[in-house]
Amino acid sequence: MDIVYAILDNAALKWAVLVLIMVMPLASLLTWAERRQSAMMQDRLGPNRANLGPLKIWGILHFIADAVKMIAKEDFIPGSVHRGLFALAPILALAPVLVAFAIIPFGPTVYPHVMGDVLNTYQLASGPVGDAAQQAAWAATYDDSIRAQVFQIEFGLIFYFAILTLANYGGTIAGWASYNKWALLGGLRSSSQMMSYEVSMGLSLMGMFLIWGTLEPGAMVQLQGSEPWKWGVVLWPFVPLGLVAFILFFTAAIAETKRAPFDIPEGEPEIIGYFVEYSGIRWGMFFLAEFIEIVFISAVITTVFFGGYQVPFLDPDGFRFLGDWVTVNGQQVHLGGYYLPVPHGAVVALQFGAFAIKVVLLCWLQLLIRWTLPRFRADQLMNLGWKVLLPSSLGLIMVAALAKLVSFL
Amino acid sequence: MAGGHAHDAHDDHGDGPEVLSVSDKNPRVRTIQVKRPTPAESSYLAATAKGLGVTLKHFVKNTFSRRKNTYIETIEYPEQKFEYPERFRGLHRLMHRDDGAVRCVACMCCPTVCPAHCITIVPAQTDDNGIEKYPATFEIDELRCVVCGLCVEACPCDAIRMDTGIHAKPVEERHEAIMTKDLLLELGARSTAVQGGEGADWRGKK
Repeated sequence: MDIVYAILDNAALKWAVLVLIMVMPLASLLTWAERRQSAMMQDRLGPNRANLGPLKIWGILHFIADAVKMIAKEDFIPGSVHRGLFALAPILALAPVLVAFAIIPFGPTVYPHVMGDVLNTYQLASGPVGDAAQQAAWAATYDDSIRAQVFQIEFGLIFYFAILTLANYGGTIAGWASYNKWALLGGLRSSSQMMSYEVSMGLSLMGMFLIWGTLEPGAMVQLQGSEPWKWGVVLWPFVPLGLVAFILFFTAAIAETKRAPFDIPEGEPEIIGYFVEYSGIRWGMFFLAEFIEIVFISAVITTVFFGGYQVPFLDPDGFRFLGDWVTVNGQQVHLGGYYLPVPHGAVVALQFGAFAIKVVLLCWLQLLIRWTLPRFRADQLMNLGWKVLLPSSLGLIMVAALAKLVSFL
Repeated sequence: MAGGHAHDAHDDHGDGPEVLSVSDKNPRVRTIQVKRPTPAESSYLAATAKGLGVTLKHFVKNTFSRRKNTYIETIEYPEQKFEYPERFRGLHRLMHRDDGAVRCVACMCCPTVCPAHCITIVPAQTDDNGIEKYPATFEIDELRCVVCGLCVEACPCDAIRMDTGIHAKPVEERHEAIMTKDLLLELGARSTAVQGGEGADWRGKK
């Protein structure tokens, strides 16, 4: 049995399950959701026709029709392009966003031997203690565990910033390889925008890192706990630190996806964008990368600001209101209070569901913003990035440091 | 520039910027109070929230209420059709006499008046001396027709009408869009209009 769980805990398999089965369909659905939602916001109907006979479901199947169309379309490559780089650019745009999902905790740690029982959090935290028989029993129950996170590493979110910087190359190389002035302009705009906003994107999260003392997303989710007033976005150490950090990071992250109101690199009315020479599935890869990035940003914001997979008042062993935090073996355990036990399997299901709902709502919010705000001019974009977001983020770091200092005194 | 001054005088009482002082030498030179956006306004946070509120309101109402309560006015075309007004001009048709023959007497009024030159009539002689002619060929090229209805106005004997309410169908070949005399007659019906009007003394008959 152990070998089965060892295989299930394998990083490649988890990545395949979490990213290819959970994220890719969501990103594909977003291609339909964006058009349908924008239609609803603009008093139109949007794509509502694709169906499989009687199965109409509001036209959701349009995403399949789109995929088939893009794969079946002619993949036209203009004569003067640099063929190698032209083929490489869409992969460079798509791969980093898929890799970055490795750090996201999609759900809690699953203990497969106690799925039907209520988890004993005190016993779990205290570790194998007592005589040999008790230690063996503990090991038999808790040694097999499956984390719903592919890559757990101390520098978690730094890994994300490092990997997502690579996505920058996708747009820039596409612009260069296309041998087209508009594409080159788009590529340059793309690289300048991404570089400007990556700075404030990283710095706006720095305050949260300071407060929690960790960069690891899984640990952040556990620190936020099940009580909603401890979640990142409502952190209020004498200033609305969490809320301001959320707004700054969200703004920078939307700029990072290169979508309206920050769609300068695409600039449909003037330069069309760095992928002007792309067609068929190569263009589809840029398109998909954009939507996966939306899902990814929603996942990061959920993790850092909205308690990740935590359901309000749901601890690993059941619903609990106003319990006491006890330190057991160096870990915080929530005990006592008004308590309703819930089996481990149900808790896992609820927490996976909570993560999915939070991510979908944040994707929806990004689409709402994209279809509401008019686009910036290139100079306004730079002004916002360097003169507003960057100083605000730096100020936020100092405030967070001060708050941390005061709380220690 | 008297007109200009009159305009300026009007401005002073309008909703323009507040005038602090007017120059003695030239009334058009004056000091005004300029309104700059406050930092709160130029951060656009409040305006963004307001805009999101508007789109959110439309999204919620259009998504979650019954179709008739939404702002959406889309007509889903193949299933639903727009109800045309009574005088809508559709495809042409040729009317029949009591015996089913074509009413047209090949007077050539309609091809003459047609601004798009889409009507082709080849006249032929009939045995009926009261009519003299009939159209051996009567073709309308619906691709050229501009649907102006002048042919119907020009027809002296209620032979051609555009009251079918049918659109020109999409076709794959150009020649398919030409309506022949048979097709036009197929759409037609018996006309009860009195041939040649009601006679010379129609005023007295009323």
